[in-house]
Amino acid sequence: MPDSAESVTKSPSPRLWHMRRTEVAGAAGLAAVLGGVVAGVTVGAPAGAAAAVAVAACGAIALWFVRNRFRAWTYQERDDDLLVSRGVLIRRLSVVPYGRMQFVDVTAGPVERVYRLATVKLHTAAAASDARIPGLERDEAARLRDRLAALGEAKAAGL
Amino acid sequence: MSDERPDEVWHRLHPLSPLVRSARGLLAVLALIAISQGMRSGGSHIYDIVVPVAAAIAAVISWLVTRWRLDGSTLRIETGLLRRDSRQLPVARIQAVDVVRPFLARALGLAELRVRLAGSSHADGRLAYLPEQAAVELRARLLAAHHGLDPATPAPEERVLVTVPGGRLVGSVVLSSASLVVLLMIAEVVVALVVPAVLAATGGTLAVWLVSLGPVVWRRLATQYGFTVAESPDGLRIRRGLLSTVAETIPLRRVQAVRMIEPLLWRPLGWCRLEIDVAGSPGRDRSDGSGRMRKTLLPVGGHDVAGQLMRTVLGTEPPALRHPPRRARQKAPLSYHFLASGHDAATAMAVTGRLRKVTTWLPLEKAQSIRLVEGPVQRRLGLATVHVDAAGKDVRAEFRDRPGDEARRLVDELAALSRTARQLSQAGGGS
Repeated sequence: MPDSAESVTKSPSPRLWHMRRTEVAGAAGLAAVLGGVVAGVTVGAPAGAAAAVAVAACGAIALWFVRNRFRAWTYQERDDDLLVSRGVLIRRLSVVPYGRMQFVDVTAGPVERVYRLATVKLHTAAAASDARIPGLERDEAARLRDRLAALGEAKAAGL
Repeated sequence: MSDERPDEVWHRLHPLSPLVRSARGLLAVLALIAISQGMRSGGSHIYDIVVPVAAAIAAVISWLVTRWRLDGSTLRIETGLLRRDSRQLPVARIQAVDVVRPFLARALGLAELRVRLAGSSHADGRLAYLPEQAAVELRARLLAAHHGLDPATPAPEERVLVTVPGGRLVGSVVLSSASLVVLLMIAEVVVALVVPAVLAATGGTLAVWLVSLGPVVWRRLATQYGFTVAESPDGLRIRRGLLSTVAETIPLRRVQAVRMIEPLLWRPLGWCRLEIDVAGSPGRDRSDGSGRMRKTLLPVGGHDVAGQLMRTVLGTEPPALRHPPRRARQKAPLSYHFLASGHDAATAMAVTGRLRKVTTWLPLEKAQSIRLVEGPVQRRLGLATVHVDAAGKDVRAEFRDRPGDEARRLVDELAALSRTARQLSQAGGGS
């Protein structure tokens, strides 16, 4: 197996960022409008504007957070194990040997489906192992799933 | 044994099984009748009787439709009248074999055989009940087949490693934290006597505590009385129990981790407790403590005994330990005094805990995943924690608060070592 080709560090699709951005911006926009209207009606127009701005600012911070989180998420298919690193505040790095894999989960929620994305999760017999990669394009998710399944079978080890 | 192959026919459970299985419900109802008899005279007990009779009939039917056979390398159990349940238990997948003898069964010379596999407890094979001798023989055959030997191989000789004296067990229960509560309650009473106004309030809670504590203490004594650990070529054998007895057999290579726990009050006496983890779901916590996959290897014992047991189970000396750097005290002020970790080619070892000291040994061959976690405080101090996870829930060795660069090196090193260990064990025919 050519090592160089396999151990490239990859990231989730940029569409994951688009999806998260839309989710956060949509939710924050809605909250800003609602908050502004409620505060505007009950207290007065200036208070309404202030509330809307405050909520929008919170949304912007959340957006910044989500972007960092998206950028921090990487994975690497090495010869014998899958390496997933993620997290901004709490940084996590998981190394899961292919031989320890019990099954692979590919899930796509309604929003993910709109963006043609899927989440791949590797399960081992240990409850604590968390090798999850969100926002993979469908082809990449299918490729990863098949490759993990094949490698898992080839290198399987008993408990 | 002669040429006959007893494994090629279907067997039934012992005819007294339904009696033993429904005895508990029957006794409960009889007690209920006795109580109600005392309260009101006369009246009919027809309705009280209906439930236990139905249960007894169900037990008889269940006995009638249950059969089992050992087919070379598979134990088959068929049961169920309306919904037939045919269960195949490949002996290669066995995680542990238990012979359980509840009090009544023991009085009748019967025993239940439980074959535990990884996965949910629904996948377990239960044969309740067999004659004692048959259960022990079947266990020997299953374990021989599990180790790839001819099933007819007689059970190998076992060597007793440890017996826990009853007095020490009682002492340990008294000292354990459950009993600490009693001391607190006594202190409460003293306070209440000094300040009588509090008496009425504390009296109620005290009674509740005592009533709820009694069964806990009794259960620990009853399940762990006469604790004996023996080693035999087919695995570790743990025997325990006062009224109901349990004999667990765990093939050594099924052990995922060994843990040594030293509670605060035991430490002056140099006592500790050993637990081992076996793959599988935690399952229901049965009253005899055999439902769990976290098994007690030694309820109480000295360090020398515990160390010897640990070496037997893991087959190696413990690796050298290193302490985290001094700056870790800022992040973990309450547990810094215990924190230490280390590894060699075969084992990862970690010490954690605040009041009670917990030492974990984990064979690297069993590592399911290796994780590095770096929290915000740790990052500021240049520290990180490395987890080595084994099969199960919360079965892991934590290399807490190692310097950042060392932690990153550790992840790669542990991954490589566990890969080598895994390959070695597979080459050695393990599965």
